[in-house]
Amino acid sequence: MRIRPFAGGTHPPDRKEGTAGRAVRPGPVPDRIVLPMSQHLGAPCTPLVAKGDRVARGQVVGDVEALISAPVHSPVSGEVTDVGPVLTPGGVRAMAVTIAPDAEQDLTTWVPIQAPRDDVRATVRAAGIVGLGGAAFPTAVKLSPPKQFTIDTVVINGCECEPYLTCDHRVMLERAADVIAGVGLIAAAVGAKAVFIGVEDNKPDAIAALRAATNGAEVEVVALKTHYPQGAEKQLIWAVTGRAVPRGQLPAAIGVLVHNVGTAVAVLEAVELRKPLMERVMTIAGAVGDPSNFLALIGTPIETLVEAAGGLLPDAGRVIAGGPMTGAALASLDVPVVKGTSGVVALTENESAPVVDGDQACIRCGRCVEACPMNLHPFAIASHADRRMWNGVERFNALDCIECGCCSYVCPTRRPLVQLIKVGKAALMAKGVK
Amino acid sequence: MSDATQESASAPVHTRVVAPAPHIAAALTCPQIMLWVIAALLPAALWAVWNMGTPAIITFVASIGSCVLTEFAWNAMMKRKQTIGDLSAIVTGMLLAMSVPPRTPWWICMVGGIVAIGLAKMLFGGLGFNLFNPALVGRAVVMMSWLGVMSEVKPYAGGWFNALSVPASGKLDAINGATRLAIATADRAAQGGYGFDLAKQFGPLLFKNLEGSLGEVSAGLLILGGLVLIVRGIIDWRIPVGYIGSVALLSWAFGSDPIFNVLAGGVLLGAFFMATDYVTSPITKNGRLVFGIGCGVFNIVTRFFGPMPETTTFAILFMNGLAPLIDRMFMPKPFGHIKPAKAVKANA
Repeated sequence: MRIRPFAGGTHPPDRKEGTAGRAVRPGPVPDRIVLPMSQHLGAPCTPLVAKGDRVARGQVVGDVEALISAPVHSPVSGEVTDVGPVLTPGGVRAMAVTIAPDAEQDLTTWVPIQAPRDDVRATVRAAGIVGLGGAAFPTAVKLSPPKQFTIDTVVINGCECEPYLTCDHRVMLERAADVIAGVGLIAAAVGAKAVFIGVEDNKPDAIAALRAATNGAEVEVVALKTHYPQGAEKQLIWAVTGRAVPRGQLPAAIGVLVHNVGTAVAVLEAVELRKPLMERVMTIAGAVGDPSNFLALIGTPIETLVEAAGGLLPDAGRVIAGGPMTGAALASLDVPVVKGTSGVVALTENESAPVVDGDQACIRCGRCVEACPMNLHPFAIASHADRRMWNGVERFNALDCIECGCCSYVCPTRRPLVQLIKVGKAALMAKGVK
Repeated sequence: MSDATQESASAPVHTRVVAPAPHIAAALTCPQIMLWVIAALLPAALWAVWNMGTPAIITFVASIGSCVLTEFAWNAMMKRKQTIGDLSAIVTGMLLAMSVPPRTPWWICMVGGIVAIGLAKMLFGGLGFNLFNPALVGRAVVMMSWLGVMSEVKPYAGGWFNALSVPASGKLDAINGATRLAIATADRAAQGGYGFDLAKQFGPLLFKNLEGSLGEVSAGLLILGGLVLIVRGIIDWRIPVGYIGSVALLSWAFGSDPIFNVLAGGVLLGAFFMATDYVTSPITKNGRLVFGIGCGVFNIVTRFFGPMPETTTFAILFMNGLAPLIDRMFMPKPFGHIKPAKAVKANA
């Protein structure tokens, strides 16, 4: 086996049993669709519709002329009821187009993508596809790596190392052939010869399904150790290819591109079906009545999906968009599913990490040092950030932090380590430190 | 939830608890770690109490009580959040008690506790900020201050209820005895050999040794407790292995019995329970190994070539002072800090 375990990491209970066996079912058509204009990393879109406009399913409602951006499409036919700021899952208010769906919806058709058929990059850009693993980086940009780099390897990320989430698992299981076909398109678009799909070994059925679907294609399905954060880009590349991404550089610098399994399927649908990104598979798990995997229309209020999953149980406390290790706690469920929302996890009060008051002393036990997958000293960065000693933050290599949260997770005094490190990184970046 | 009723049309409605990620935490907390240490010390402590009776109880109560009370009072005086709930003061108190002879007067134990917590810990900012192991600072201070009392190591006659039978005159020196370690060290210094068979001492040292400090009653139970802590991942094996390994190796190199030198005196209590104190030992793995080896080397060199047989305290305190420097030597290289050979070539 060529698998190289990365240093550090931790193993939170994966809690995937609640939804791993739940087949993806169509999400409800809500009474309103809210489409933030910034669902991706990069430049926000400009609304292209006005209040009162009729929109069709698949119609572009927001776009912008910028290299790093992705257009937004309406997943329903209906009428624009509002163009203005709304609360987004990230907790900030941002410009959005709100649509009242028609009572009758035909979800089998859509306005086809307007792009040259044989140009995968242009098609992916026009389809508004972003990385569906959570980071939501525009996929078309990734397919156009800087000229000086030669991409020889594509790694598809099927690790899904965050607890609770099973959407990627279900995609690999139910759409294995589409994943393989989508990967092929991505690899061909960048001219990569080697293609790997990395899957944590707690999903043997997904590994088997993918291997069965490979069908002679030059794709190697690699079973990886179940260990958080196996799905972090740098750790995944290391485990699969044995290459380390040099600090401050993109994986493209070592000839590697990483895409999520859901992204691969979206690319396939865009190319083959001319279908824009209007839906995504997402998990609703934890303290809900009927934990589920949905093919949710993007823009569906999370409240509607949680109701469709049986509603919050009485002991539900924190509700998280994404996984519990890196996701964002929602201040309100009245926020829409965006392209990067891989799931919604309701934690009970008992399961939730305590809300810390900032008064916890470090006992120097070294657990964070042991858990750090980047081989950093999280306690030292955090202590310097806590005292606003930014030189120390820099000296201890804070900018190498991938914000996986392992340090905070293992800390026995519950110090907000990764939280303080993020503060330190933001301060360094504001000062222009690279 | 009551906030929801106050919603206004423009403001975002925040109805749920928010906190930054990660939203889950590992089960092990600081008080639980301390409980594991206490549990690991308990067999040896209870065995000491069983054999030594009331004096041992009084030593434990005075040490632990003064440690906890000092921390409580300090926090109260400084108007700080109370920290005795982290249980670390209890650990310090137990270690202090186990590092002194059973018949140490209760007030000396209390002075030791006050010094350990007040001077060595709270003055530096409390748990996590002290440079030196509090229990060892407490022990060092009372040992230097009441040298006669503290080297009172006459084999304890056993029995209960005779704790306060130390002469009221204060002429404690009159009943001095010597531990096996002290006798062996003196023999070695005087004659270059030993007046008794060291190997015959293994049994008593492992299971029942009534000369010396409370922590020396059973080396076997200390090893058991230490192994439990290593297996449970509470302490890093590198420190005790480095410590005990270097003690054994060096004693052998100096022509003494390696097993005797590990079992006798405070080496085991120090190696498993004191040198492994998180706060005062290195945080890097290699640093911990070096730290452990340093403790062992210092311990044996001073034992064989210094004026006192029992130097565990000073070996660890000395290495405590070096711990931050050792960590500096072993700063890890972050993942990805490599020469970006390919990229550089491509950029050029």
